[in-house]
Amino acid sequence: MGKPKLALYWAASCGGCEIAVLDIEEKILEVDASFDIVFWPCAMDFKVKDVEAKADGEIDICLFNGGIRTSENEHMAKLLRQKSKVMVAFGSCAHEGCIPGLANLYTREGIFERIYFDTQTTNNPEKVIPRPSTKVPEGELEIPVFNERLKPLDGVVKVDYYVPGCPPQPRQVWAVLEHLIQGKPPPPVGSVLGAENKTCCDECPRTREEKKIRKFYRLHEITVDENKCLMDEGIICCGPATRSGCGALCVSAGIPCRGCYGPPPDSPDQGAKMLAALSSVIDSQDPDEIQAIINTIEDPVGTFYRFSLAHSMIERNRK
Amino acid sequence: MSGFEPKILAFLCNWCSYSGADLAGVSRLKMPPNVRPIRVMCSGRVDPAFVLKAFASGADGVLIGGCHPGDCHYAEGNYKALRRALFLQRMLELQGVDPRRLRIEWISASEADRYAGVVADMTEIVRALGPLNLDRWEKVRIRKR
Repeated sequence: MGKPKLALYWAASCGGCEIAVLDIEEKILEVDASFDIVFWPCAMDFKVKDVEAKADGEIDICLFNGGIRTSENEHMAKLLRQKSKVMVAFGSCAHEGCIPGLANLYTREGIFERIYFDTQTTNNPEKVIPRPSTKVPEGELEIPVFNERLKPLDGVVKVDYYVPGCPPQPRQVWAVLEHLIQGKPPPPVGSVLGAENKTCCDECPRTREEKKIRKFYRLHEITVDENKCLMDEGIICCGPATRSGCGALCVSAGIPCRGCYGPPPDSPDQGAKMLAALSSVIDSQDPDEIQAIINTIEDPVGTFYRFSLAHSMIERNRK
Repeated sequence: MSGFEPKILAFLCNWCSYSGADLAGVSRLKMPPNVRPIRVMCSGRVDPAFVLKAFASGADGVLIGGCHPGDCHYAEGNYKALRRALFLQRMLELQGVDPRRLRIEWISASEADRYAGVVADMTEIVRALGPLNLDRWEKVRIRKR
């Protein structure tokens, strides 16, 4: 029997997830020894036609990172789904949209206007914007269509497993790969792999006390105590609304958790979870005062849904 | 928009608002039939995710009813509900949903009239807003810097 076939692909992502795979260091050799890598455009020379030539379900595992932003992303997701037995949404973009998903706060036209006309560094007097097809003397040129919204991978195809993180931590990547290499029985379909089942606070080394917040601060506005809970000091830390598994890296370095591991188990919406956590610690009973305290948060949607906007309950139900 | 009947989901606390709604019914007060009540033990039990799920599942409006400030059976559940509701309204607005679709009211067990009034008023407001279509943003969507 041949080695199991492994494919890796990227869609709308920064490429960090590809680096995360290589960050397992020399163990990558073990991956190569155990798997037959059949598609990995970032690192090896394969073409789409190599995938098209495969039989349905011939690829054993596909690690797919990146959200679905363009028609090409969508086509590749569907193609790889068809050819793969197991589809893994690898990293935060494929899992729940991540940073590219924040663009869902704007229309496609709004995004194009901002990028191609309005930014301070743009000089575009002819108002050129990307069009799906352009006529040139030699014929018609086509580029992928930019969709109205970014969708996580499971917005377009069935996903078997999720590996959260922006990017997934190397030791967690290895834990997932090792599981596959050793041929252990697969976990239930739909599981989140390479993460723990509690919240980031559970792993956090800082000391928590009774929280009473009257004003929210941004990190540059105050000096934080080395050992105290960041939230106790009024800094918005998404720890209470984030799945554990990263090893509390950011908070250990004095940076609040941004929530890249997604919502904890049994919580359907990270923003709602974060909002509930903050509502419990705001120290006021007066509507006007509460409103004023809430208003000290610059961008609540972008802060609480930084990584999960495209997967938020409201967004998931848009067409 | 003719013939549109809004669906409003109401989370009513066991000790005050639900009893108030019950009294309104027993007293045969006239009110629009658009509200579907759900009894919860306390308005503080209403997780923000419940509200979002209601909107995502087809509710056009959500009403949260709790005890008057100072009267909460569990001392301060209603204050938690208030903070969550104010927070949620801001989040909804930023996500393109009119914040008037979420309303929090203090209704005691004896305030049947008040309950009927809130229901009638909210039904009219949501009727005027039209059906909640998550694909259609109700506020300006492109923020200029």
